[in-house]
Amino acid sequence: MLTAPQADTRPAAPAAPPPVRRPARRGRLAAAWPYLLIAPTLVGTAFLLLYPVARNLLMSVQHFRMAELIRGDAEFVGLANYTQVLGDPDFWTVTGRTLWWTALNTGLIMLIGTLAALMLKALGRRMRLAVMSGLVLTWATPVIAATTIFQWLFQSRFGVVNWALDALGFHSFQNYAWFAHRGSTFFILVALIVWQSVPFAALTLYGGLTTIPAELYEAARLDGAGAWQTFRLVTFPVLRPLFALVTSLEVIWCFKCFAQIWVISQGGPGDATTTLPVYAFQIAQSLHKYDLGSAVSTLTVLILAAALVFNLRRMFRQEGEAL
Amino acid sequence: MNHPPSRALRRVPLNLAALLVLALSAFPVYWMAITALKPTADIQADTPTFLPLHPTLEHFRTAVHADGFGTFWRNSLLVTCGAVLMSLVVALCAAFAVGRLRWRGRRAFILMVFVAQMAPWEALLIPMYVIARDTDMLDSLTMLTLVYFMTTLPFTVVTLRGFLAAVPVELEESAQVDGCSRAGAFRRITLPLLAPGLLSTSLFGFITAWNEFAFANTLIIKNQDARTLPVWLSSFANVFGTDWGATMAASSLFMLPVLLVFLVLQNKVTSGMTAGAVKG
Repeated sequence: MLTAPQADTRPAAPAAPPPVRRPARRGRLAAAWPYLLIAPTLVGTAFLLLYPVARNLLMSVQHFRMAELIRGDAEFVGLANYTQVLGDPDFWTVTGRTLWWTALNTGLIMLIGTLAALMLKALGRRMRLAVMSGLVLTWATPVIAATTIFQWLFQSRFGVVNWALDALGFHSFQNYAWFAHRGSTFFILVALIVWQSVPFAALTLYGGLTTIPAELYEAARLDGAGAWQTFRLVTFPVLRPLFALVTSLEVIWCFKCFAQIWVISQGGPGDATTTLPVYAFQIAQSLHKYDLGSAVSTLTVLILAAALVFNLRRMFRQEGEAL
Repeated sequence: MNHPPSRALRRVPLNLAALLVLALSAFPVYWMAITALKPTADIQADTPTFLPLHPTLEHFRTAVHADGFGTFWRNSLLVTCGAVLMSLVVALCAAFAVGRLRWRGRRAFILMVFVAQMAPWEALLIPMYVIARDTDMLDSLTMLTLVYFMTTLPFTVVTLRGFLAAVPVELEESAQVDGCSRAGAFRRITLPLLAPGLLSTSLFGFITAWNEFAFANTLIIKNQDARTLPVWLSSFANVFGTDWGATMAASSLFMLPVLLVFLVLQNKVTSGMTAGAVKG
């Protein structure tokens, strides 16, 4: 998306040095070269991406359970799976929760990320380096390492969070079992996702901030603009495409987030942290209803695509108005 | 120092906020490292200690001697390096075809790669499982390597194409004038110039594959010896029980390669991540 202008406009590269023998065969071989070079990519994409996508769509219109998985053949049932999924109130609860989960996480990430980026810009050199190192450290933490760390931080017996809250006077948190309650498990997962995602947003937005010419800020200051006005009228409009990009990426990552939820709570307690990807996996792997799981997966992708198109269109329409 | 005091005073809240952000971002990782180094008595104390007063390597020893630790490391390294090398070679060919040659269908191919980059991998867990089962590749590292190869391939093609475009084609041409073959010119002139790009691209792929959990958890079920580190670590409760020292030691060891990669990449991280959008 942000890669530099590519070689598309480059004039055609000169042909290979004059062939010595059998010119006709060399010519035909030269014409085949590009296709030989892209063949592995095409084969990989066909077998490892297109085929699974097709298989997912196929399963979602079949009756495909444990027996079919073992036997290998399945009956077509049309859109029955989709009707069943869409008619299930659970699906709508989970969809609503997924949208809320995505909006909450993305909102917090963008808010904290923007504030952190503005702060980095205002900081002195040494302090900025320290904060950026901290952010990179967070960023480098693998997802699964971060989940184990958060499980340890929020442990009921020797967890440091409970100790700190108790020491601060919130004695009800002594030995509080965070992972046993719906609300607190949801909260920990949000904290984990936000903690992991803020560095990317903050550092990317900071990178964008450094490209804004100082004259713009000087002009805004001379016109008597305050901090908020400067952000609203100078920083945000200039960086709108970057904000749109980062927001979209965060929406994608939060929406399809699976590993953290699965490792910490498997969607529980009850269904408190079941989002659409977790729901699809539960239906398929735990209940062996591969057909319904596939239908949920397909619907998940459609909902995400719709949300992104909406988000991007809104962003670009606003940009069009600003021009 | 030379600022008037009012200015310095105004900077106090800013610096306090910076310290808060620094503490919030670094503390969990610090807590992991320090827990791994504390003796169990200090970990299970009613009042936690925030400095390693009695550092010990006991937990690292427990982690390293845990059942299958070596096997899981080997599996993770095999799968990750195999996938990254495959996608590097395959993507280099494709990037050369796209960046240096003219042919029919080039635009369609580029578009396909861009679309593939946005593939919703999490939604393909179920069909991947069924396909792996049909082809007898369930519980095999080969299947996992192939999946990681495909998840990193589109990003690798796009990034390498960008790096290749930055190497002037004239350099190759002059080598050809001097009597090099087309392939020879590419190998002797462009490839060395491309080396930093190849390195950083493969390191991004390395991070993606090293950290991957969902497919490793779905495609390796019965054969516990074929598990990779993230899946093993996610089930630490079965391995270490409530031994948090050992769990944090294992997490630290798992994180170490990624940290090294980040140190190598340094400031390339931000630009590369936006260009390719690599993340969990």
